[in-house]
Amino acid sequence: MRYGNLIRIALRALNNNKFRGFLTMLGIIIGVASVISMLAIGQGSKRSISDQISEMGSNMIMVYPGTGQFGGVRMSAASMQTLKLEDYEAIRREADFIDKISPSVNSSGQLIYGANNSPTTVYGVNQEYLDIRKYTIDEGEMFTDEDIRSADKVCVVGQTVVDNLFTNGEDPLGKTIRFNMTPFKIIGVLTPKGYNTMGQDQDDLIIAPYTTVQKRILAITHIQGIFASAISEEYTEMAIDEMTAILRTNHNIIKNPLDDDFNIRSQQELSSMLSSTTNMMTVLLACIAGISLLVGGIGIMNIMYVSVTERTREIGLRMSIGAKGRHILWQFLIEAISISVTGGIIGVILGVGASAIIKQILGWPVYVQMYSVILSFVVCTVTGVFFGWYPAQKASRLDPIEAIRYE
Amino acid sequence: MKEIIRLENIKRDFTVGSEIVHALRGVSFTICEGEFVTIMGTSGSGKSTLLNILGCLDTPTSGDYYLDEVSVRTMGKNDRATLRNRKIGFVFQSYNLLPKTTALENVELPLLYNPDVTATERKRKATDALIAVGLEDRINHRSNQMSGGQQQRVAIARALVNDPVLLLADEATGNLDTRTSFEILTLFQNLHREGRTIIFVTHNPEIAQFSSRNIILKDGRITEDTRNNKIESAKAILDSLPKENL
Repeated sequence: MRYGNLIRIALRALNNNKFRGFLTMLGIIIGVASVISMLAIGQGSKRSISDQISEMGSNMIMVYPGTGQFGGVRMSAASMQTLKLEDYEAIRREADFIDKISPSVNSSGQLIYGANNSPTTVYGVNQEYLDIRKYTIDEGEMFTDEDIRSADKVCVVGQTVVDNLFTNGEDPLGKTIRFNMTPFKIIGVLTPKGYNTMGQDQDDLIIAPYTTVQKRILAITHIQGIFASAISEEYTEMAIDEMTAILRTNHNIIKNPLDDDFNIRSQQELSSMLSSTTNMMTVLLACIAGISLLVGGIGIMNIMYVSVTERTREIGLRMSIGAKGRHILWQFLIEAISISVTGGIIGVILGVGASAIIKQILGWPVYVQMYSVILSFVVCTVTGVFFGWYPAQKASRLDPIEAIRYE
Repeated sequence: MKEIIRLENIKRDFTVGSEIVHALRGVSFTICEGEFVTIMGTSGSGKSTLLNILGCLDTPTSGDYYLDEVSVRTMGKNDRATLRNRKIGFVFQSYNLLPKTTALENVELPLLYNPDVTATERKRKATDALIAVGLEDRINHRSNQMSGGQQQRVAIARALVNDPVLLLADEATGNLDTRTSFEILTLFQNLHREGRTIIFVTHNPEIAQFSSRNIILKDGRITEDTRNNKIESAKAILDSLPKENL
């Protein structure tokens, strides 16, 4: 028996019952389309949350000086002077899982320009800080290595600062503002980032070379922290281990890790918590969609059953002219699979289309993943085989003598 | 003459509840190539059972059955299916055409189950068979667009398409009016004249006069097996009928 012939036979049979076939297919279509669009919505919201986290720098790692004890007195972290520029340089030199790294010193104070003033924080960092915190320069430019080397009094300002100081719409570029007593020339303006999830204004800051802040504002030689980014989110853990090891070696802390005079933190906890929430939502949506696929499958089984009963005489005839049991089995199985696969294809198109429409009209973050398309397609084919099998089996076991005379 | 069918003491028992029903109680005969045999009997005579066995749909409880010199009794289901596909053409009382399917597709059906036949061969053979039964102008008509007589012709074409050694008709004229019955009988007689071996199972005694041999079954045994030397022509009777439908 040629399978091509069996497929031809099955397709002819389906062709004879187009409307019924379509209705059966509808169950699968709705099932597949809903699986795809539900997963797309789930995935979309997961992405949008993780995008928000990575706005803050999801692979960001922060090193702060730890608390330490001097003669039995525990000191506050801020007063510690344990982090040095050498630590930053050592990590930059030796760490493999670190992409960008910047020392950090900061100071709060009053900014003054003309008659306007506003409180803000100046961050003393290097150029890589922008990448770590996902800031970009909107106008002007970032300071250079040369500026850092010579501790130039230049800065890049956030949008809030611009709004507060340049109230009559002047171009801030090239203007000189004062931070407390120190004048800074504005060489760049950051692209606004808005508020973060904690409600902090991310645009209320000025960024200056760390050397400038160290020497001209704070008059210190140590640093207050190190910002770094792992080469990607999944390497964050390894990057932290690496940095810990480097810092311990530098600080001669070998015996007892509890003696660490620094703290390393990352955003991972936050991001894993949020993604576990959205994962649960995705699973929930997929379950609902899966149920509708199951119902579609039962629809196939139901209609195949009716079909077998209704076509008993046809089966009897086919057997009497030489069809073997397995030919009948395959015919009905192919019919069931054709329905589910065709339904699956239409469902995929509809699901992807629906996702696009949801994205367009409702503006929801929707993301169709290839795996969900493949998954639902495979599931609906399997559904076809699974639910088509039993009726097909029943058909193939009919006795031709009785089947041919069935009324 | 070549033997097409040889039955040797065929018995067939059915178990109905706790009782055993003897449908056939020892039937033996041989049919040679080119014979047109009618098998007659009232209901319950065992003629349906015999037909099933002759058609390789059923196997006897005991006794031997040789179809075209092949023993059928020990064959499995699948082998019998292949045997039916290659050697037997069935014509049923209720035509059993596939609904909403063209005449050509219906006739092609047996060849679809034969892997040795290519698509072009299949189409050619099916077309030839339809021409042979006089339906050359109905090839692409659907089964529900045809009259009973035309449908039965399609069924006969379907039975002929695999060039069987045996044409097995089960009350083939039972659903047809007198005139159409004679048309179908004429067709059978023409096929007989061309050398086909035909077994025509019926309860209608009138048909015996158009065949070359008549076997009568009663209570699972052959009571009569006569040769007919004076075969009536169905064509002649058909011509003598008033042509009311024309």
